[in-house]
Amino acid sequence: MTTVSAPEAAKPSRGFRLDLKTAGPLIALILLVILGYSLNPLFLGEGNVTNILTRSAFIGIIAVGATFVITAGGIDLSVGSMAAFIAGVMIIIMNWAVDAMGASLATVLFGIGCSLILGVGAGFINGFLTTKAKIEAFIVTLGTMGIYRSLVTYFADGGTLSLAGDARDIYRPVYYDSFLRIPYPVWVFIFVAIIGWILMNRTAFGRYCMAIGSNEHVARYSAIKVDRVKTWTYILQGLCVSLATIIYVPRLGSASAATGVLWELEAIAAVIIGGTMLKGGFGRVGGTIIGALILTAIGNILNLTEIISNYLNGAVQGVIIVAAVYLQRGSFRAGRKKAAE
Amino acid sequence: MSIAEGTTAPSILSANRISKSFGEIPVLFSVDFDIRPGEVHAIIGENGAGKSTLIKILSGIEQPTSGTIVYDGKTVTLPPNGEAEAMGIVLIHQELNLAEHLTVADSIFLGREIKKWGFLDLNEMRRRSAEILDSLHVRVDPDARISTLSVADKQMVEIAKAISRDARVLIMDEPTAVLSVGETETLFEQIRRLTARGVAVIFISHKLDEIMALAQCVTVLRDGQLIATVGTENLTPDSIAQMMVGRELSNLYPPKHEPDVDAPIVLSVRGLVAPGVKDVSFDLRRGEILGFAGLIGSGRTAVAEAIVGLTNKSAGDVSLNGQPTAFTDVAKSVDAGLAYMTKDRKGRGLLLNVGLQPNLTLLTLKKHLKNGFLDGNSEQQALERATRRFDIRARDASVRVGQLSGGNQQKLMLGKTMETEPDIIIMDEPTRGIDVGTKQQIYHIVAALAAEGKSIIVISSEMQEVIGLAHRVLVMRNGRLAGQLEGAEIVEAEIMRYAAGIKQDGDNDNRISA
Ligand SMILES: Nc1ncnc2c1ncn2[C@@H]1O[C@H](COP(=O)(O)OP(=O)(O)OP(=O)(O)O)[C@@H](O)[C@H]1O
Ligand SMILES: [Mg+2]
Repeated sequence: MTTVSAPEAAKPSRGFRLDLKTAGPLIALILLVILGYSLNPLFLGEGNVTNILTRSAFIGIIAVGATFVITAGGIDLSVGSMAAFIAGVMIIIMNWAVDAMGASLATVLFGIGCSLILGVGAGFINGFLTTKAKIEAFIVTLGTMGIYRSLVTYFADGGTLSLAGDARDIYRPVYYDSFLRIPYPVWVFIFVAIIGWILMNRTAFGRYCMAIGSNEHVARYSAIKVDRVKTWTYILQGLCVSLATIIYVPRLGSASAATGVLWELEAIAAVIIGGTMLKGGFGRVGGTIIGALILTAIGNILNLTEIISNYLNGAVQGVIIVAAVYLQRGSFRAGRKKAAE
Repeated sequence: MSIAEGTTAPSILSANRISKSFGEIPVLFSVDFDIRPGEVHAIIGENGAGKSTLIKILSGIEQPTSGTIVYDGKTVTLPPNGEAEAMGIVLIHQELNLAEHLTVADSIFLGREIKKWGFLDLNEMRRRSAEILDSLHVRVDPDARISTLSVADKQMVEIAKAISRDARVLIMDEPTAVLSVGETETLFEQIRRLTARGVAVIFISHKLDEIMALAQCVTVLRDGQLIATVGTENLTPDSIAQMMVGRELSNLYPPKHEPDVDAPIVLSVRGLVAPGVKDVSFDLRRGEILGFAGLIGSGRTAVAEAIVGLTNKSAGDVSLNGQPTAFTDVAKSVDAGLAYMTKDRKGRGLLLNVGLQPNLTLLTLKKHLKNGFLDGNSEQQALERATRRFDIRARDASVRVGQLSGGNQQKLMLGKTMETEPDIIIMDEPTRGIDVGTKQQIYHIVAALAAEGKSIIVISSEMQEVIGLAHRVLVMRNGRLAGQLEGAEIVEAEIMRYAAGIKQDGDNDNRISA
């Protein structure tokens, strides 16, 4: 029996094990890229890479928020309809502002500001209901999911809400223009990813999320303000949804009942593929980013090749999700066995 | 059954030259062990000596790296995952293993439910559960959810479950760690009844007097090595302790230094009413070690949790250094220099699925921030310091806390609490599951803290501990203070009298608050 104070001796095995876990999703992504390239070299063309990155920005940004919620032991099913709702309300507000004072940069900024407030507010409501009213997160967000979706349908009167033409012209560049040849949505994605990673791995907040997700009692006895931290994870999620919406609206300039459908599941899938545990207690922002890229790349590859029908996109994603999680659990066990030999 | 008879009977379960390694780290080295029907065979050893590992191997939960197991005269490979129960080898784990949302009756019959025409016969299971619980003098409703039970009751349910299993070999890993004297006595009665029927019992405990009272035979492990297997009739608690730690153990308890009579009062509680607490008043002086004795469930933990803000008090005043305070959450009490160490290390104290470092610093993360970001180096240093100070032994620094031996978990929790550098420390069962050598270390730490001017409340169901350590003892009963003992009055019989309600201080209440 040795005393612990020899962490050097411990390091190799630990580093190795962690590497396996981190590397899993990354290896999957690399394999997918190789596959995509061999099926169609256009896959790695600059236009297509930019396209994949831009597309994955929506789900990716939302999934970063979801990583915190899930790590702290919660779940947010409302993000897809929340995005549609925020998009809808944002368009209504901007159209109203255009009518009142004409289209200008200020109108668009006003709309963006409202979107942020709505996101934070919606997140706070989810958080408040789960922590203070003590309703399971699954139920609360299932409820708000239905509410937002139906509100959007109601605002659009069953059809589509479209942004007024002149405002759209001003707003358009946010989706379509680039800085240093990287589109703005990708910049936002990078920014959210970095902040998210730091928050999760380098701050007390991230540690608290992990502690709450692994055992709420222990967290409470360790002087952690459990309700507050949990509420913040939902607010963060709302904020991420509103950021995603802000870069999504200029793409089509409209919102309808079909906006953001199934985004919640894609976001959760990205989180899980990335190695975060659905039951909480262990979160990886880096993995989530890779997860989002994997999901988008699959759809993209199917688009570029004739082998499998594009209609089977969902099926292929489903298989990949299940396989990814299976492999993670497998390598988890293998890692432990290796240590036990 | 006496040893002389025993030697002639063939052993029912034996282990030959068992070795076990986790990774490259060996935990057991060629250990021999055997037990005969009707015998109580105790296994003792320091924390991390490999006791739990040995009995896990004896019940199939773990497979040995080398060596053989002979059951009933045949060499066997025991099936994993507790399936050995069907063969008559029943294990009660060191840590409670009950599903929190099941009822008591569900838990007792889990895995071998009684059925009638293919459906669960709930009434029969309820009736049989009530019967078994009754024989153990446990007063819990078979329909109660496990999550609503106290730790002691949960342990009794585990015991009831094991007893109901028609065991031929019953293995108990520190069953008494969470039990009070009375419950321990009933458990022993039941064990004697079982052994009279020929059941073999393997029993792990750190309480040497229990071993003297119950076992015919003791196996001593140290650092995974078999030190000796001896009959208890030739032993004294001192000689066992010596074999365990490999050195002479003198002065388990440090000498008592009473605090000055005019030492200021640092904590004063008046008329406290909270869930499980009915009107409790007391004072704590600077440099004092105040013992809280009483039966399990008498409200000692409830008092502590109400003071630090884990539960809401409905009446009463708490003041710290003369300032009235009302802590609404733990963070506030920690900031004010008052720390509480829970007795439920698995459920409330530690995150079992992460490593040592995040656990140690969880309560005090703010101390490890640099410009608002976590400073891994400073956390690492804290761990190294705590490891040294509390002699925490882990296989390596990356093990998950759930894999530490029970005693080392306890020491880690003590380290975590002390990270807050509190002036007042409330320790709830501070040496639960800890070996004598480490106990001695902890007692000396406690005494040193008191000598430094810290004030300490020790809640303990181990009477000897309260007697050996405390300057003053309060005895609780049914949520009230039943009495107070000081100096030479602090003896076992007096504590028992108050705890059992035979004697009460009711007529001179003012003495308690003196
Ligand atoms: N699953 C596991 N993986 C890795 N190491 C383990 C595992 N289980 C036990 N160990 C290590 O084996 C050693 C022996 O542990 P064991 O639980 O048998 O001790 P013990 O004698 O029961 O101690 P205690 O009195 O504290 O309960 C410890 O160092 C422990 O960390
Ligand atoms: Mg043990």
